[in-house]
Amino acid sequence: MKLITAVIRPDRLREVKEALFRVGVTGMTLSRVSGHGGEREIVEHYRGSSLVLEFREKVKIEAAVSEPFVEPTIRAIVSAARTGEVGDGKIFVQDLDRVIRIRTGESDGAALTPVTADVVQARARQAQVEEVAS
Amino acid sequence: MTPVISAGDTAWVLISAALVMLMVPGLALFYGGLVRQKNALNTFMMSLSALGLVTVQWVLGGYSIAFGPGNSLIGGLSWWGLAGVGAAPNAAYAPTVPHLAFAVFQAMFAAITVALISGAVVERLRFSAYLLFALAWTTLVYDPLARWVWGDGGWLRSLGALDFAGGTVVHVSAGTAALVAALMLGRRHGIARGGLVPHNVPFTLLGAGLLWFGWFGFNAGSALSASPLAVTALVNTHAAAAAALACWLLLDLTRSRRTTAVGAATGAIVGLVAITPAAGFVTPRASLLIGAMAASAVYVAMQLRARTRIDDALDVFACHGVAGILGALLTGVFATKTVNPGGADGLLAGNPLQLGVQALAVGATMALSASLTAGIIVTLRALMPIRASLGDELIGLDATEHGEEAYHTGDIGELAGSAPLGGVILIHDDEEQEREPETATVAA
Repeated sequence: MKLITAVIRPDRLREVKEALFRVGVTGMTLSRVSGHGGEREIVEHYRGSSLVLEFREKVKIEAAVSEPFVEPTIRAIVSAARTGEVGDGKIFVQDLDRVIRIRTGESDGAALTPVTADVVQARARQAQVEEVAS
Repeated sequence: MTPVISAGDTAWVLISAALVMLMVPGLALFYGGLVRQKNALNTFMMSLSALGLVTVQWVLGGYSIAFGPGNSLIGGLSWWGLAGVGAAPNAAYAPTVPHLAFAVFQAMFAAITVALISGAVVERLRFSAYLLFALAWTTLVYDPLARWVWGDGGWLRSLGALDFAGGTVVHVSAGTAALVAALMLGRRHGIARGGLVPHNVPFTLLGAGLLWFGWFGFNAGSALSASPLAVTALVNTHAAAAAALACWLLLDLTRSRRTTAVGAATGAIVGLVAITPAAGFVTPRASLLIGAMAASAVYVAMQLRARTRIDDALDVFACHGVAGILGALLTGVFATKTVNPGGADGLLAGNPLQLGVQALAVGATMALSASLTAGIIVTLRALMPIRASLGDELIGLDATEHGEEAYHTGDIGELAGSAPLGGVILIHDDEEQEREPETATVAA
């Protein structure tokens, strides 16, 4: 299990999201962050003073994935987020000790397997039917 | 001859009073947008509280000091509480409207003048000190100055100084006071030279729009009649603001290849300031020139100011001082009796002496405002700390002076919920020991 953290350009988020969904990674957490790589500063002018914005707006994506998904995830992010200009961002990959799904208490691999709301509801209905039958 | 009240004139003066009142929240938006988020409410409050405080002072004694019976320097207190100021017009001021309408119209001017100064001292002045300053300043500087320029028998009025709607009384005096106050108060902590970080530029644009709108009452209302003179003043006001805005856009474009929104708003205000003393005395063509010249002068003044160590935070001196001085002097250049027979001819109409009178009015205004502003601040400093502590300044004056915040939207604290005072699980309860038993039960 790895925690994959990607810092990307805000304007590439749509493409990156689509690429991740395509390889089957649907669980992720997004945050707006500020950061600085090596890109050129933005200069703003207000009346007599000029202001250098040293930090650029970025989007941080965090996704915990099981081993088979690590490489496809990285490839998806790289291909969708790259423009070739300075400031495309970084991907950090870290080991994960434990993962727990709060709803069920499942852990690790089972907690990482994506489940959609439809599947959960179907399972609940199935359980109800079985209870009535028994 | 018994004075006759004109319904039209009275209606126009009343509406103008309301328009000038709207300039106060307009100014609050204009200034409030230009400061940092943590001082937004404090900046708004400086303008709004001036409206409250100065109006009370005006009713109690301010109006009498400025316009009441007295000598050429100061009025007496015989009209205190607006005693004797009623339905009958006062021929010396506005012969066709009730005296009371004139008094309330003038009240708005007094209020906004004090509010203008606040832009220089934002983000670091303790609010209690500001309130005392506002009261002292309006009594010691504004009221006598209004006497000199507009009061019956005021010495600058008798000398023939032209100030249609308050170029010297309002703008030069506020601008000068702003510069002195900024110098004496010192710079904000950690502000690089000329640092201006607007937290909400749309506020500033909306504020500029409201100021422009209110200025029609300020200038055209100063005709004190629904007359061709009011029309002239309104057209000139609009033309000068437009010319200054356009000029500022061009200057911005030349300097940085970007037309800034803050610049457009600033340009409009500068044009409005400059035309204020001239509005009822010059032609629309001269108004365009006055607006454009003021924009250019103030543009340069702001560039220069940013290179100094003076932290006139929102450039009140450049906006109101420089533009006000220029406007007052240009009134002495462009004024003509063909526009207003009740006015005077200026330099271009063959009367160079008028320019000298205008310069004298500007000099006297600056001397009075600078010396008394300094005196008030020295006195306040002896009585109390007037600057917010460094810690308070870093936290922001909204929280430390008002116990409020401008914005909570999107704050994670909103999800965490808030509890009424007394119902909170207090982790540290050093200050209120007497409440300890109750706290203990809650915590348990």
